[in-house]
Amino acid sequence: MIELSNFLVLGALLFCLGVAGIFINRKNVILLLMCIELILLAVNINFIGFSAYLDDIAGQIFVFFILTVAAAEVAIGLAIVVVLFRSRGDINVAALDTMRG
Amino acid sequence: MSFETPDFSLALPEIWLLGAICVVLIVDLFVRGSRRSVTFFLTQAVLLVTAALAITTQWGVTETTFSGHYVVDPLAAMLKATLALLVVLALAYTRPYLEARGLLQGEVYLLALFATLGMLIIASGGSLLTLYLGLEMLSLSLYALVAYHRDSRQAAEAAMKYFVLGALASGILLYGMSMVYGGAASLELAVIAEAAASEEPPLLLLFGMSFMLVGVAFKLGAAPFHAWVPDVYQGAPTPVTLFISTAPKVAAVALFLRLLVDGLGPLHETLQPMLLILAAVSLLLGNLTAIMQTNLKRMLAYSGIAHAGFIVLALAAGTEAGHAAALFYVIAYGIMAAGAFGLIIVLSSAGTEAEQIADYRGLNERHPILAGVLLLLMISMTGIPGTIGFYAKYLVLKAAVEADLIAMAVLAVIAAVIGAFYYLRVLKVAYFDRPEVPPEGSQKPTGPNEGSVGEGEGATPSRPDGAAGTVLVPGASLPIRALLVVNGAAVLVLGIFPERLIALCQSVLGAG
Repeated sequence: MIELSNFLVLGALLFCLGVAGIFINRKNVILLLMCIELILLAVNINFIGFSAYLDDIAGQIFVFFILTVAAAEVAIGLAIVVVLFRSRGDINVAALDTMRG
Repeated sequence: MSFETPDFSLALPEIWLLGAICVVLIVDLFVRGSRRSVTFFLTQAVLLVTAALAITTQWGVTETTFSGHYVVDPLAAMLKATLALLVVLALAYTRPYLEARGLLQGEVYLLALFATLGMLIIASGGSLLTLYLGLEMLSLSLYALVAYHRDSRQAAEAAMKYFVLGALASGILLYGMSMVYGGAASLELAVIAEAAASEEPPLLLLFGMSFMLVGVAFKLGAAPFHAWVPDVYQGAPTPVTLFISTAPKVAAVALFLRLLVDGLGPLHETLQPMLLILAAVSLLLGNLTAIMQTNLKRMLAYSGIAHAGFIVLALAAGTEAGHAAALFYVIAYGIMAAGAFGLIIVLSSAGTEAEQIADYRGLNERHPILAGVLLLLMISMTGIPGTIGFYAKYLVLKAAVEADLIAMAVLAVIAAVIGAFYYLRVLKVAYFDRPEVPPEGSQKPTGPNEGSVGEGEGATPSRPDGAAGTVLVPGASLPIRALLVVNGAAVLVLGIFPERLIALCQSVLGAG
């Protein structure tokens, strides 16, 4: 039996990786989408771990909803990337600076 | 655990709205070109019926259904009616603007309807799952709305920033939810509240609560989670900015009331210091940064952050009176923001955006009525007595003082005085500055320079955009100008007779 703490540590690690990736990455917008996915998957691991440990099915149901929403989220994110590329010709994060102040 | 058939009739407003959205979607497929307005009028009718349904079927009822995932109480009914009416007001401003720019497609209204559905679900959320789904439905629609003007570089950039930061905030909120689920062993807010009220609440609940607060603060646009606000307000098409600054703010307060009051209310003592920091940073940063802005939309964005500070301060009081004050404040802010961005829409024409503060020079001489509306809105945002903004600030400060947050109340007043500077500066520009003739070959043609057209200035022929002035041509914009005047009058009337709205906010939150 895997202990609950193992799930939580893995979840926390993935979560921190995702958040750090969003702040460190200055290159490509697609990488930001991957980091967002990573955060959501970290949450999924937490939910599944708790669900198994608490013997409560609701957590696993929540995971299905998160997976669905994550798919919709990435669809919108990629659509925005396409719009961005059409209007600017590149998807560099560092170039997103026309508005200041 | 047994399965009970949920009472669908309790969720009538949402079910109606979802069904109606499908109908509008299909109708929009079949209307073309000049008959596009059909979608607009259908949308407005659908929203009005939604508001009526929320009041008739849910007012005075207190029940839960869908196994505790869906809550009906007076707060939900009042929020739903308010949200639907605010969306009606916000969408009413959109049509001429979008039409003049060839952007009038059914998608705007459909996305707005889906966002409204998400907000209604938040208002009735009885579990973490419902709240999350409602929030995502709202957010995803908003990301798409910001990117709606496909050929605008600024809009694409704003949408990208909004999307990345918004998704990050949802992720953090969700991480908090998973911790709370682990601590309380349930997704239902009622069960979570029981766990939180126990002698020694599980550490996981406290941990999860701080993460959830980050997510809610982001949606509310409170500093230090405000990074998206200025760019999105400035970059998005003005009708979308108007939409974002009204109803979704109310939804963010609803999210707070559900998650952190209904769910984790017993832990308020731990939450309060964090809220006070949010409030203090928002008030100072919002007001101080707004002073430096030259772009009106960006200035209103920072002013929105400062207003979020007031709302968070009211929530930090933690009393029923505080919650009622926050609700009243956010509704008042919605009405004022709708008017302010509505004014920008009225003064803009195709090809020009009246978004620089300098564009408003001499507004009073050319359009005294519009200048009067600007005057009302600005003094209301400042919080001068006789306008709705005064009572909003008064209730917040009263709740803060009653909760022994006197130092914070003093800070809020100082911040409001700083805020008066930039609101009054706009008025000074509109009332006392002379409209200047822009130099030949000026980079940015500005809307309200038609004054110089009438005087036959030499610079004008090179700027045909300026001559196509919106405000001088009533035509299509006449109803919308009337709406703006009504909006301005509402700020004044509600400022003189605020009792009923205040009493309503207090009664739904049990602070009568």
